[in-house]
Amino acid sequence: MSKRLGQQTVVFSQPPVIISVASVVGPMEGKGPLGQQFDVVKSDRLLGQKSWELAEKILCEEACDLAIKKAGLSPQEIDFFLAGDLLNQIITANFSAETLGVPFLGLFGACSTLAEGLALGGMLIDGGFASVVLAGCSSHHDTAERQYRYPTELGVQRPPTAQWTVTGAGATVVGTKGPGPRLTHATVGKVISMGLKDPSDLGSAMAPAAAQTIWQHLQDSGRSPDYYDVIATGDLGAVGHPICRKLLADRGLSLGENFTDCGLLIYDRQRQRVDAGGSGCGCSAVVYAAHFVPRLVAREIRHLLLVPTGALFSPTSWQQGQSIPAVAHAVALEMLQ
Amino acid sequence: MNKQQKAYQRTARAMQPRRPILRNTVLAFLVGGIICALAQLFLSYLLSRGLPQKEAFALTSGFMVFWGALLTGLGVYDVIGRVGGMGAALPITGFANSMVSPAMEFKREGYVLGVGARLFTVAGPVIVYGLVSAVVVVVVKWLLTGTP
Repeated sequence: MSKRLGQQTVVFSQPPVIISVASVVGPMEGKGPLGQQFDVVKSDRLLGQKSWELAEKILCEEACDLAIKKAGLSPQEIDFFLAGDLLNQIITANFSAETLGVPFLGLFGACSTLAEGLALGGMLIDGGFASVVLAGCSSHHDTAERQYRYPTELGVQRPPTAQWTVTGAGATVVGTKGPGPRLTHATVGKVISMGLKDPSDLGSAMAPAAAQTIWQHLQDSGRSPDYYDVIATGDLGAVGHPICRKLLADRGLSLGENFTDCGLLIYDRQRQRVDAGGSGCGCSAVVYAAHFVPRLVAREIRHLLLVPTGALFSPTSWQQGQSIPAVAHAVALEMLQ
Repeated sequence: MNKQQKAYQRTARAMQPRRPILRNTVLAFLVGGIICALAQLFLSYLLSRGLPQKEAFALTSGFMVFWGALLTGLGVYDVIGRVGGMGAALPITGFANSMVSPAMEFKREGYVLGVGARLFTVAGPVIVYGLVSAVVVVVVKWLLTGTP
């Protein structure tokens, strides 16, 4: 039986199972609407470290350790560690992998990394190359600011389209059996650019990629949008999410109340001064780990389509005037009765 | 750029929130005005105590740079900048912020490769083009009046 479905989708013949999830976040995320749902909330963004980068590494390592512990496993029992982050040469993932001592495949999908890890992890498991995989990713507001924009203490005014990079890390252990949610499909996105160049408006740059992946996933799987209790994009925010909804409506797909966005769920935009909402690898990862998987496990929702979105640019590329390409990958999760 | 990209950019632009220009302008006026008024107050005080004008100007600049730097170090100036925008960036306190914030940020890479190499990350372009425009102005003046 072919494991391919339509143009961009893979369907798992033995759906891999989400065995455990873990989330570790910073203080601001802890004060957001999902604050109570995270496993660990840190009280200090620097975590007592000498640099923001070291703090992000601790977040990533703690999330991984916790996910492994919750699964009742030891690092030696993990076949592959799939992880990435936003920093140059994905140093957070690389250095965390050194600490973990698990065979490692580094990923870069910007803020879509969680879905890339889940899709590839699912393929490794369903292909018979692994029985247990750990997928994770992280971001940190200050490491991202300093790399992509300005020194953190510089007084700059944020435009209303700007998003706030989530300080947090999410990790998930995926295996072959168990009572948890099952990973049934993965739709791998194409890189799309609409010629936008503003690095403080990533929602508009990423919306077309999300719309294309969602549309293609529904085409490939033959499902209607109503099949899913929740369709959640990663970090389109208050600007990109309505644009994505409009793009899909223009193609004849009207999404209802079930269409949401992790970047809108994680912060209270009125109270927390985050402008258009959350972003970063950690955004979809911690909302997946702290909010969606627990809701699946509690059977509050049965079918989830998670579509993390990534803006694939670097400070060099935008300074040289290149447009901002984006990608979105979709993973479908279901909980059996 | 192709037709599809142009069409999308029109759609996206129509749905993007506008910058609150009026509010930002008023806040910049207030924040910038307060900073300048404080400097004026200090300057007037020095002059009233009989300090020569040249020394009083220099001391006032130093005083304002000190406060800009201190408030940056205390993590306050980025909030002033977020609210005040150009009103916080343009006075000399903003210049202090643009020097101290990279110094704090890049100290983690050491005094040579960090602070030394990247201290002018933000202020560098201001200094470079400030000097260039000074030269241009002098050349224009020289051509027009015959005296540099």
